[in-house]
Amino acid sequence: MATLTYRDALNQALREEMLRDDRVFLMGEEVAQYDGAYKVSRGLLKEFGPRRVVDTPIAELGFTGIGVGAAMVGLRPIIEMMTWNFALLAIDQIVNSAAKMRYMSGGQIGMPIVFRGPGGAALQLAAQHSQAFESWYAHIPGLKVVAPATPADAKGLLKASIRDDNPVVFIEGEMLYNLKGEVPEDDHVVPIGVADIKRAGKDVTIICHSKTVGPALKAAEALAAEGIDAEVIDLRSIRPLDTETILNSVGKTNRCVVAEEGWAFAGVGAQVVDTIQREAFDSLDAPILRVTGADVPMPYNKHLERAAKVDASKIQDAAKKVLYL
Amino acid sequence: MTTTAPGGKTRAVDQATQALHRGYLRQMLLIRRFEEKTGEAYSLGKIGGFCHLYIGQEAVAVGAMATLRPDDHVITAYREHGQALARGLSARSVMAELYGKATGSSGGKGGSMHIFDAAKGFLGGHGIVGSHIPLAAGVAFAHKYRGGDQVCLCFFGEAAANIGAFHETLNMAELWDLPVVFVIENNGYGMGTAVARAAAITNFADRGAAYGMASEQVDGQNVLTVREAFDRAVARARKQSKPTLLEIKTYRYVGHSMSDAAHGTYRSKEEVDQYRQKDPIAILEDLMRAAGYWDDARHQALDAEVMAEVADSVTFAEESPDPDPSALFRDVYAEEGHT
Amino acid sequence: MATKIVMEALSPTMEEGRLVEWKKTEGDAVKVGDVLAEVETDKAVMELVARAAGTLLKQAVAAGTTVPVSNLVGWIGQPGEAIDGEAAAPAAPVAPTAAKAPAPAPAAPVSTAAPVPIAEGRVKASPLARKMAADKGVDLARVAGTGPEGRVVKRDVESAPVGGAAARPGFVAKQETGPAYTDTPLTQIRKTIAKRLVQSIGPIPTFYLTTEIDMERAADLREQMKAVNGDQGKISFNDLVVRAVGLSLAQHTACNAWWQDDSIRYWNEVHIGMAVAVPDGLITPVIRNADQKSLFEIGAESKVLAGKARERKLKPEEYTGSTFSISNLGMFDIEHFTAVINPPEAGILAIGSIAPVPAVVDGEVVPRKRMRVTMSCDHRVIDGATGAEFLKTLKLLLENPAALL
Repeated sequence: MATLTYRDALNQALREEMLRDDRVFLMGEEVAQYDGAYKVSRGLLKEFGPRRVVDTPIAELGFTGIGVGAAMVGLRPIIEMMTWNFALLAIDQIVNSAAKMRYMSGGQIGMPIVFRGPGGAALQLAAQHSQAFESWYAHIPGLKVVAPATPADAKGLLKASIRDDNPVVFIEGEMLYNLKGEVPEDDHVVPIGVADIKRAGKDVTIICHSKTVGPALKAAEALAAEGIDAEVIDLRSIRPLDTETILNSVGKTNRCVVAEEGWAFAGVGAQVVDTIQREAFDSLDAPILRVTGADVPMPYNKHLERAAKVDASKIQDAAKKVLYL
Repeated sequence: MTTTAPGGKTRAVDQATQALHRGYLRQMLLIRRFEEKTGEAYSLGKIGGFCHLYIGQEAVAVGAMATLRPDDHVITAYREHGQALARGLSARSVMAELYGKATGSSGGKGGSMHIFDAAKGFLGGHGIVGSHIPLAAGVAFAHKYRGGDQVCLCFFGEAAANIGAFHETLNMAELWDLPVVFVIENNGYGMGTAVARAAAITNFADRGAAYGMASEQVDGQNVLTVREAFDRAVARARKQSKPTLLEIKTYRYVGHSMSDAAHGTYRSKEEVDQYRQKDPIAILEDLMRAAGYWDDARHQALDAEVMAEVADSVTFAEESPDPDPSALFRDVYAEEGHT
Repeated sequence: MATKIVMEALSPTMEEGRLVEWKKTEGDAVKVGDVLAEVETDKAVMELVARAAGTLLKQAVAAGTTVPVSNLVGWIGQPGEAIDGEAAAPAAPVAPTAAKAPAPAPAAPVSTAAPVPIAEGRVKASPLARKMAADKGVDLARVAGTGPEGRVVKRDVESAPVGGAAARPGFVAKQETGPAYTDTPLTQIRKTIAKRLVQSIGPIPTFYLTTEIDMERAADLREQMKAVNGDQGKISFNDLVVRAVGLSLAQHTACNAWWQDDSIRYWNEVHIGMAVAVPDGLITPVIRNADQKSLFEIGAESKVLAGKARERKLKPEEYTGSTFSISNLGMFDIEHFTAVINPPEAGILAIGSIAPVPAVVDGEVVPRKRMRVTMSCDHRVIDGATGAEFLKTLKLLLENPAALL
């Protein structure tokens, strides 16, 4: 297995899928000549040419809709959002057009499209550039929502997303792009809708995804030093949600903490908690706690920003609380 | 076809033209009678939701569709019953969709605003003003990507030309030379707002200039004029892979939707009556009468034929089953996720 | 503007208090001086009174919650008046407290398992705890909850006796099978006792209780047993004492306990350590389930264990795990002494010699065989009255030894 950055794992997935299927093309701001704002598409223009790697004007609504239209007649577009913050301009196309097309046409029009780009906060980018939108899209029937945490999952899930016949919202992490990890070199496809137990344990379940996986694993190590054996579940896919893995774990540990980068209100964790309280009521020994971003627009000041973000110690504290420690 | 008599060629062309004109007339009349019946069924509670009628604008859809090949695509907004019929969807499948029946064009899940027929390249009625304009460019992008010469027609009202998606899309369509025709059906009102109250430039064809796009303003009440304009625009798309912006001046006799009075709040009865004098069906019939190949008897026969077709569509819709309850959860996602 | 009700320092040393019970409900009219709630301080249960007149708008903490001094517990104001933003953030309980098991009931005349009062009304329990209790046949109302606000959680059910405490008549060893002990978190008062007494006299704040027991009837019983059973049926005074202590401890589980720093383990089983002198020191072999064994069994077991002790052949399991100890120096003619507590046990009983002394019986001075016993008590676990109740039972049993048969 090769050690790759998250960024290069995504690049590899794009390249392999473009080689595999001529219907796949990449469109977005700065994806071609500039090699990608975050260099995820590095080298693709050179290899595949401007027909398949398409630079757009800054017009998220327009080019997202163009992608959706191309998917309506059978192409398999990958629409890059420079960041998901800008996709708010295109959300009508993602929600009203892409997500509903198959249903409102009575199943006649397919929608094999991937919307991808970095989501959530990076560092000191302040309120308008630091938002985690997983729950917004996960709210919508017809969309799939994927948010990988590791290079291997980034590659495997992007390949699965490109091959999926449904619209997939693929949320990367700007702070993850340089993360290194082992990535299988063969045709590595990670199925959508399957969570991954990143660390097995028996005392408390920590459910997380994307950028909270790192802090969750760190918290688990700290808990281990206190004799607490935490299980860390990386959701990987937000929708569909792997309820089986969640319920199996909570059935075993009886306690659960759900961490996510986004805001608490109607967040991903809210859905996870709802699932657990319905399906595993009798397994619970404590109320489930959530660790989320602070309920404020992201401040610029770095100390305030740190206070607003999820970190390992917040997760660790929550885990101890559900253990009544 | 086989005649060799002198002047036969001229007579043959005449007959073909006559047949063509009779065909346009039949389509326009079918749309008119279909929409009248739709209004009636809506009033009886047979049809629900939002329902936007096309009465008065028939020449636009009929003149436009006459230029297309079966492998071309059409995408439109929510006032699309007429375009669906003109594109060749049966009155039965459209009426059944309005009734929400399983036999409807979208299986009863779309309704008035979401009529689809993939086999006929009819890519839907879309309900959010202007949101389908980029989709049309995307369809054209796909045609060009695949190296084909198909064309995509995109219909929308003049009010949609004030929305951001219109401008973003026209920019990219011209920038990338996409084979698409943007059709502004300017019926004078965006819902209840007169054009002059909503647009800084009311000559919508002028907006093509902002993007260096070929554009044309067309009288939408004469189906033959419409047809000619579309011939030029579609040829430009098919042969040169270039987009065109067409502004078709037309008028709707009825309200914006079924919940909106035809006149009273934002326009006068006199204005509506005045436009009824420029009725597209009457204009074509007058032309045919003047040329000697149309009369009252033929009109009555054609009307009876069309009325029967519409009546049949209503019977069909009435008798069709509702979607099975299991359809509720079907087609949210593709059955098989991976390809 | 609404007036905050805060936890007041109701004793000079109080740092936090447990709100035992609200005396006013939300919406009640209150005047200055009205009792709003009962608060368990480090010393006693005190009254928290209203400092403002109006209506009790909100109880910000539930009964059973432990709240640091000066933290918010509620609001008084005008009916319908909005409470400021802090309403959303009532004082967090500082520690999980056992609302349903405030203090063990040391003097309860009849009790077997953990001395847990039966909870009244709704029992707060986690869904898992409810399911486990149903599966196991545990009465949740009798389980001391250690979760927030006394919530019964998994660990509480795991250590709870099946069925809860059924009343048991007379001096009978408990028969139920169930967990060997119940760990009960420290109440405010126990915490304070522990903190302050340790400062006073060292890590185990010990006090001593002495009583004199009339052993005439016990001596008679010994003679009768010998007469009936011959040498085979001989029982020693020590056997009588062990049996009597065992039964007494079964009654007074508050004395059959271990100090565990953050909790007290109340044993449901009685294991008596018996100090035995050996050439270079002493060791305490353990008579297990002493309350359940007959005098003969105790006698036989004592002999074997004492023999093994002198030969240093005791296995670890034979000299560990005692819940209470006895040290008997009567055979050395020691009238009275105090024994040193064997931690984590909370008590040890020192047995003096049995000697005829002048005593007043029915108004006449007569010689009676008397025995002085002294109990050393860990004050963090056992209070004076608690120990005294235990000794009272012990005295009653030894002075009416038929109960030991």
